[in-house]
Amino acid sequence: MSTKNNKIIFDKKILLQAAKDSVYKLKPALLIKNPVIFIVAIGSVLTTIIVIAGILQSDFSIFNLQIAIWLWFTVLFANFSEAIAEGRGKAQAESLRNNRTQTKARKLSGKQEILVLATELKKGDVVICESGDAIPSDGEVIEGIASVDESAITGESAPVIRESGGDRSAVTGGTKVISDRILIRITTEQGNTFIDRMIALVEGAKRQKTPNEIALSILLSGLTIIFLLAVATLPAFFGYALSASGLPSSHNLTIPVLVALLVCLIPTTIGGLLSAIGISGMDRLIQRNVIATSGRAIEAAGDVDVLLLDKTGTITLGNRMATDFIPLENVSFEELADAAQFSSLSDETPEGRSIVILAKEKFNIREREVHQLNATFIPFTAQSRMSGVDYKSEDGKFHSIRKGSAEAIRNYVQNNNGFYPVSIQEIVSELSRQGATPLVVAEDNRILGVIHLKDIVKGGIKQRFAELRKMGIKTVMITGDNALTAAAIAAEAGVDDFMAEAKPEDKLRRIRDEQANGHLVGMIGDGTNDAPALAQADVGIAMNTGTQAAREAGNMVDLDSNPTKLIEVVEVGKQLLMTRGALTTFSIANDVAKYFAIIPAIAVTLYAGNSKVGPLSVLNIMNLGSPQSAILSAVIFNAIIIILLIPLALKGVRYKPVSANIALSRNLLIYGLGGLIAPFIGIKLIDILINL
Amino acid sequence: MTTSDVIQILIFIALIIGLTPILGNYMNKVFSGSKHFMLPVLGGLEKLCYKFIKVNLTEETNWKKYAVGLLMFNFFGFVFLFMIQMFQANLPLNPEKLPNISWHSAFNTAVSFMTNTNWQGYAGETTMSYFVQMLGLTVQNFVSAATGIAVILAVTRGISRKSTDKIGNFWVDLSRSTIYVLLPLSILLSIVFVGQGVVQNFKSYETVHTLKGVEQVLPMGPAASQVAIKQLGTNGGGFFNANSAHPFENPTPFTNFLQILAIFLIPAALTYTYGKMLGSVRQGWIIFSAMFILFLAGLCISLYSEYSGNPVFGNLSHMEGKEVRFGVAGSVLFSVVTTDASCGAVNSMHDSFSPLAGMISMINMMLGEIIFGGVGAGLYGMVVFIILTVFIAGLMVGRTPEYMGKKIGAFEVQMAIIANLVTSFAILVFTAWASVSSYGLSSLNNAGPHGFSEILYAFTSAAGNNGSAFAGLNANTIFYNLSLGIVMLIGRFGVIIPVLAIAGSLAKKNITPSSIGTFRTDNWLFIGLLIGVILIVGGLTYFPAISLGPVIEHLLMNRGIIF
Repeated sequence: MSTKNNKIIFDKKILLQAAKDSVYKLKPALLIKNPVIFIVAIGSVLTTIIVIAGILQSDFSIFNLQIAIWLWFTVLFANFSEAIAEGRGKAQAESLRNNRTQTKARKLSGKQEILVLATELKKGDVVICESGDAIPSDGEVIEGIASVDESAITGESAPVIRESGGDRSAVTGGTKVISDRILIRITTEQGNTFIDRMIALVEGAKRQKTPNEIALSILLSGLTIIFLLAVATLPAFFGYALSASGLPSSHNLTIPVLVALLVCLIPTTIGGLLSAIGISGMDRLIQRNVIATSGRAIEAAGDVDVLLLDKTGTITLGNRMATDFIPLENVSFEELADAAQFSSLSDETPEGRSIVILAKEKFNIREREVHQLNATFIPFTAQSRMSGVDYKSEDGKFHSIRKGSAEAIRNYVQNNNGFYPVSIQEIVSELSRQGATPLVVAEDNRILGVIHLKDIVKGGIKQRFAELRKMGIKTVMITGDNALTAAAIAAEAGVDDFMAEAKPEDKLRRIRDEQANGHLVGMIGDGTNDAPALAQADVGIAMNTGTQAAREAGNMVDLDSNPTKLIEVVEVGKQLLMTRGALTTFSIANDVAKYFAIIPAIAVTLYAGNSKVGPLSVLNIMNLGSPQSAILSAVIFNAIIIILLIPLALKGVRYKPVSANIALSRNLLIYGLGGLIAPFIGIKLIDILINL
Repeated sequence: MTTSDVIQILIFIALIIGLTPILGNYMNKVFSGSKHFMLPVLGGLEKLCYKFIKVNLTEETNWKKYAVGLLMFNFFGFVFLFMIQMFQANLPLNPEKLPNISWHSAFNTAVSFMTNTNWQGYAGETTMSYFVQMLGLTVQNFVSAATGIAVILAVTRGISRKSTDKIGNFWVDLSRSTIYVLLPLSILLSIVFVGQGVVQNFKSYETVHTLKGVEQVLPMGPAASQVAIKQLGTNGGGFFNANSAHPFENPTPFTNFLQILAIFLIPAALTYTYGKMLGSVRQGWIIFSAMFILFLAGLCISLYSEYSGNPVFGNLSHMEGKEVRFGVAGSVLFSVVTTDASCGAVNSMHDSFSPLAGMISMINMMLGEIIFGGVGAGLYGMVVFIILTVFIAGLMVGRTPEYMGKKIGAFEVQMAIIANLVTSFAILVFTAWASVSSYGLSSLNNAGPHGFSEILYAFTSAAGNNGSAFAGLNANTIFYNLSLGIVMLIGRFGVIIPVLAIAGSLAKKNITPSSIGTFRTDNWLFIGLLIGVILIVGGLTYFPAISLGPVIEHLLMNRGIIF
């Protein structure tokens, strides 16, 4: 899915569609899902009826009409915010859907191949895919190996390898086989495939409220009821005050005024934007090429305080690199480097390449053309655990160079009646202690020295971990290395803790232990071995290259299969929660100003006596033009603020990795204090405009 | 203000701050069942108690059973109190031969004392026999306060425990609060009161000839013992109608000072106990500070308003409705403390206060009686606000809200909102009803906004389980007796049940260890937030009502119009 160009929020097409949708969303059955806005809608209907009744009795009130219009706008704006958030996902879903529909599948029935529609496939069916075929549904490769173009879902054009057995067996419906032939067993029922789920997710069709969203909705509904009480009882208090001021009860508050007050007081801002915030949180994940199976997972991501990270690929680059040559006393640097490079010339592993490059950089030993040297290269095997080269030197003698693990080389030289010095043992254990891999080099039966192969910690990862620490998140490195090596890498990368010689079941146990202590754990994994741990973790991200089992077990899938993604996911989760909190605070803080606008306006006649204005006019600290313009300004501000905050709801509040206290202070200053002050300014400005 | 006024207030503040850790620490020992110095003295009584009610000391219950026990106990207390009022003429210790009490007044009074409100629609010396005062009212003074303590203990356990559904044993909590806390303090205080001249006897009323030569009836009775617990248990139900303004109930400036101190003593100390039981004394002081700041703000506004006086009478600080022996400062301090702490005892007539001082009394109650508040009740009310604060602001750190490591979810928010909602409902709906109905308005003594304030004050006082009155309202009518009774029940149990539910739900949760990423509830920022939420969520609801009552009255007073 190409998401890169979707970052523009206000695409014309989306805007137009959202405007249409916001009218469609006036359907009561849809509106009632949002109690706060539903109340506004009821108020709008009531006010509209009163306006119409007024016209019929030729008692038309332009003020009531204006109130009614702005109340409807409030509802529409709230709908619009939701529609626009959904709209962005819908555009993505459209392109996904096109991929899915017309695929035909070559189903294997016994030994016969029959052509069926992809939509007719069932779980357990086996299909054949050859180069050029679209993979009809989610499944597992049971035979063969093929390169597959997954750009339809990942946006990545480089093809990936899919093969039976191992950790790269899962294929996704809608992707395309580019070369070779594979047999696929379908693992998912139609309608529940990865693409189906993605479509549902990006469209927000099956969106369920997350636990925190439910709790927040309860709070907002509760506040709405409390303010409903405050407004509903006001006519009684007012009636008392009217009779005490000697005014007729016909001067009591009208329904449009009461509705206006109510709508201003109930938390319409956050009520209107709540679902847009949730949808856009999902959207931000999708932009990072992560698909969450539920909104709950994103929320949990914000809460995660322990991250389990695999060493290889996440913390270190996948491969070790040569960083140094350590010769024995009677051997020169050049001689060792030369031998090491020579033996690695045809070694295409990243380790081998790094040796060649290091020799070139450090001692300026140029690469030799292999075939000119009359040399035979010995590749690495699991049995010999060493590699090297046999060659004939200029004097016609045969020599062999070997490099490998300390143990393998010792056996090698001793078998050739060579001598394995103690000093080499010291170097080897020193390097192991530092977390490096020592590679011993020997020529014939003579030890030359050691190549220092190092796990290279990814650039910037240490800083990343420091940021996580600032946010109060503990990082745990998981590795199969021995404790010594693990400790050294852990120290270099700056993780808080590590698990050495970890087996998959250790991971699961660790997660359970952390959870028992009240922690929320996030992890990323790919293998079938990882599935139980992924399922147990609060946030389990499966890599898209991983097995089907892993993808099913986790609650998120990373399409880029980039293990560092976990950290970004946590940030998206936190940002989502922050945005929700910030807008709630803003919305509630707004009420103070609205009271100061409306109460003096409605009470202007009370106890006025002989003077024109009643005593409560002193509360009109904004010095608003007239009672009617004051009420109208408050209602207009209340509606417009929803539109103004849509970009914030969609983008999320600014996020920085800082401690809770600093984040709180900053957000409180902007959205708490801002929420108190902004409406005073906004209402005053609108009032000036109205009275122009 | 005179220097001695200032000194009085400063000593009061110093003593509250100083006594909080001492008493708080003692209560922590009592409630966590560890050894303390009163155990050898009163331990036998506690054991006897358990034997009598057949309670297994170690058996704890879930929140529902805890709530059922609490409700049953209170219900039987209500029935007993109701019955002895209905038949007091046939019961002993009634030297004045006072008649049986009307059913609606008996209902109101029974509810009132059971709910720790002590709203009094009657006049003590002309209505209640010594039997009812001692065995009915005083007993409820003890156990209603102990009920409040029991609830906050359950809440504290809910927060501090993890993965359990047990929140304590109601009977044990009730007994320990009564035996080790309320009883010894009451005995101590009543002895001092007797020494200062508060009456304590079973004599019939005495008729004396005054210097003017007229006859006067002097009421008698076992007052000192009831007065001590009425202050300590934040009950507030006076032995005499004039409550603590009566010279036999509050004879000297010294007893006045002690009575004010006694109101805040336990609620303040409970914040320390709370912190101690949660393993964070700081957390207790944070709550103390939030309460203290709100108290101080109210006190300053009230003092300012009272000393500014009334422009109609030439801006003298007015003494109408105040006792000369207490002065303005002694009366204002009493009024602020008694409304902060849901006590409701009065040593002056709040009705006669300046509009803004009257408003402060009302706001103190409207905020939910959480400024120290009723014994136990103030703190659990505060916990409700803490939950709301944590929920609203906690999200802004990028985690789902948590308090003391407990995740605050939908259920807790729902219960907290209900606890908040029922009080608003009771105050607003019943005030609205009374202010438009003839049976509501016929009880008024004053016109204009002041009359409205009187009605508003009555229902606010009842809903907050305060019990003080604006006094201008004749509340001993069927309408007010019943409606206020219902409001008191809503204000008490409408909060207790959701709060216990919160305790039960929190107890079941695991505790998330705190880290630098945790929303902190133990710093000044949190105090500010908490106060902000209390004022905006708890207070803003009443802005229109307050505006139409005391605010208008104050503004009119400045225009020279009084009621």
